[in-house]
Amino acid sequence: MKSLLRSALSVFVLLSAITGLAYPLAVTGIAGAVFPEQAAGSLIFKDGKPVGSRLIGQPFSDPGHFWGRPSATAPQPYNAAASSGSNQGPLNPALEDAVKGRIAALRAADPGNGAPIPADLVTASGSGLDPHISPAAALWQLGRVARARGLREAQVRALVDANTEGRQWGFLGEARVNVLALNLALDALQR
Amino acid sequence: MSPHAWLLLGAFLAVLLLSAKPLGLYIACLMEGRLRIGRPLENLVYRLVGVRPDEEMGWLRYALAILLFNGLGVLSVYALQRLQLALPFNPQQMPAVTPDSAFNTAVSFVTNTNWQGYGGESTLGYLVQMLGLTVQNFLSAATGIVVVVALIRGLARHSAATVGNAWVDLTRATLYLLLPLSFLIAIVLAGQGVIQNLDPYREVATLEVTRFDAPRLDAAGQPLSDDKGAVLTEPAETAVQTLAMGPVASQEAIKMLGTNGGGFFNANSAHPYENPTPLSNFIQMLAIFLIPAALCVTFGRMVGDGRQGWAVLTAMTLMFVVAAAAAMSFEQQGNPRLTALGVDQLGGPLQSGGNLEGKEARFGSADSALFATVTTAASCGAVNAMHDSFTPLGGLVPLVNMQLGEVIFGGVGTGLYGMLVFAILAVFISGLMIGRTPEYLGKKIEAHEMKMSAIAILVTPLLVLLGTAIAVMSEAGRAGIANPGAHGFSEILYALTSAANNNGSAFAGLSANTPFYNLLLALAMWFGRFGVIVPVLAMAGALAAKKRLPAGAGTLPTHGPLFVTLLIGTVLLVGLLNYVPALALGPIVEHLVLWLGA
Repeated sequence: MKSLLRSALSVFVLLSAITGLAYPLAVTGIAGAVFPEQAAGSLIFKDGKPVGSRLIGQPFSDPGHFWGRPSATAPQPYNAAASSGSNQGPLNPALEDAVKGRIAALRAADPGNGAPIPADLVTASGSGLDPHISPAAALWQLGRVARARGLREAQVRALVDANTEGRQWGFLGEARVNVLALNLALDALQR
Repeated sequence: MSPHAWLLLGAFLAVLLLSAKPLGLYIACLMEGRLRIGRPLENLVYRLVGVRPDEEMGWLRYALAILLFNGLGVLSVYALQRLQLALPFNPQQMPAVTPDSAFNTAVSFVTNTNWQGYGGESTLGYLVQMLGLTVQNFLSAATGIVVVVALIRGLARHSAATVGNAWVDLTRATLYLLLPLSFLIAIVLAGQGVIQNLDPYREVATLEVTRFDAPRLDAAGQPLSDDKGAVLTEPAETAVQTLAMGPVASQEAIKMLGTNGGGFFNANSAHPYENPTPLSNFIQMLAIFLIPAALCVTFGRMVGDGRQGWAVLTAMTLMFVVAAAAAMSFEQQGNPRLTALGVDQLGGPLQSGGNLEGKEARFGSADSALFATVTTAASCGAVNAMHDSFTPLGGLVPLVNMQLGEVIFGGVGTGLYGMLVFAILAVFISGLMIGRTPEYLGKKIEAHEMKMSAIAILVTPLLVLLGTAIAVMSEAGRAGIANPGAHGFSEILYALTSAANNNGSAFAGLSANTPFYNLLLALAMWFGRFGVIVPVLAMAGALAAKKRLPAGAGTLPTHGPLFVTLLIGTVLLVGLLNYVPALALGPIVEHLVLWLGA
């Protein structure tokens, strides 16, 4: 029993050092050398300052910006230091109330738009940090953004298309629009 | 189910089954000690730790070695969490974790469950993540692999007193299987955008100012609440976003490959820094099933009859396809309550459609539902969408996957030894039907083996159902419920099912980071793991000692379609008999209310 414990301890210490220190530090070194931008968080810089990450969404409520997915993080939406979904079940009355509130806000910002609202625009994402919306959700907001900025819809549409990715390799995931990149492109257009 | 969903499922199965054979043969070669190229490093390791590699162990010594090794793991992870403020690699100065949460997490990661009562980015420093959790991601996976290898040796050997050397098996599985594959996957994931650094959290200036209600804090930094217990808030605004950082890719790779499932961040694989693209999502799903599928081939090779392994793999694949198709269909149907509000949930080229609460736009309903099926068919428990917000039947699929005992691919090693126990039960039942002593792979199945099988099969349902009953009947258990009605019961049932079957996924609305749940679930995880491992090793020892009988005219062949059918029937029968009443009270009631109204 004593020899078994001694073996257990020495095997544990050695394998811990290999898998818990050598391995993650080696991956850090190699990933940092081969994929430096990705390893550091895919940050977007404007005038040398970080203004966000391509992979992490930000909250938008200005009619002149495209709005992203609703976020359930606390205390503020898109809290990237405390990711979380709402965890509301499909029958939870709180979910129905939340969706009603989001619909009302979207309709109030664009009273003339009677089209049904795409589901991803009124449901909270899993992480609370979703950087994307569906192309349908971007197109639904096209008229409002163009009017608020005094742009032609075709101009805005071109930016939406430029920031849309199709299914990866043609069959993986869904088509999507990067909201932060799109809004940065919109802001850049008018400076 | 959309054409996209079928295409995705087909591509996934094709890549998986094509890689099963080469990897399975490699594992057999490795675990039988025929990997010459690894010898020098291996021998160095044995010299360093003072282990004699040619010393074989009987089943009891093997089991003791595994228990001691895992016991040390619990102590280590617990200590690292409690002392993290005094240790390096903690740039956010995360304070010591509370004793009950630290104990729960230690047991959770050692048992390959990776249930998480805490939120990673707001609780743990980088040293705990690496030297505590990443280590157990490797070692708990290696434990599962060596236990099934010992059981396979029990079936393959005859008139033998030993089942292998635990230290040699653990070393080989870790160094020559898990480590190189993890390394490769980690680098590929980093290329897709999974972060890997030791930097402090990064602050960025946001485009817009965010206005929100912040909780009011007292002088000690604790949130204030009014006399009714509601948290007091005050208006606040911010134009800064704090991005959590860390060595994520290295942990992400083994989290999947070892069917561990514990997220670096609270949102797990829904977090864009853990799972940034549909391709990273596909790789993660593959990594979950890779070793469990390959081990079936390893099994066939080591018992000297490849067809035996393919039969088991076929049974697993058939059950998986049905589960995946069901989950994807239910999630793509969407939520009728939102349709009634005028929300557009119809899928098409411009949007995923379906039930999108708790799902990420890049994955949509199909890729999320497939991930949920994979992660619960295997005992992984990583999530790329919040299962709590699934439709009732979409959420029933993960629940049933776990309740069948984590044998549809299952965890690394655990899935195959679970399935082999069911195979033994299947030949026993067929033996009863025709009045012959049952045998499996030339080994007579007698009273001792049946007792061990019965313990291994019944220990988890016992933990799940008793644990759920205790939680539902106690004030502390009901206090954690987040969603009203039948869904609240499902949350508790899911938690106990996940813990006892060592899965780790959750209906995460349940507030489980309380002393009550931390303790209850830790017990369920520990006994759900080692309450199965010990009888399986006892069976391995007994089988190894038996003589091998030549197959006769009355022997039931265990490689054809008949046996595959019997095996699936046995798994479903045991699972359904145990759980149908509980399921009727949860997801089934909820489904009827959602679609028929109440």
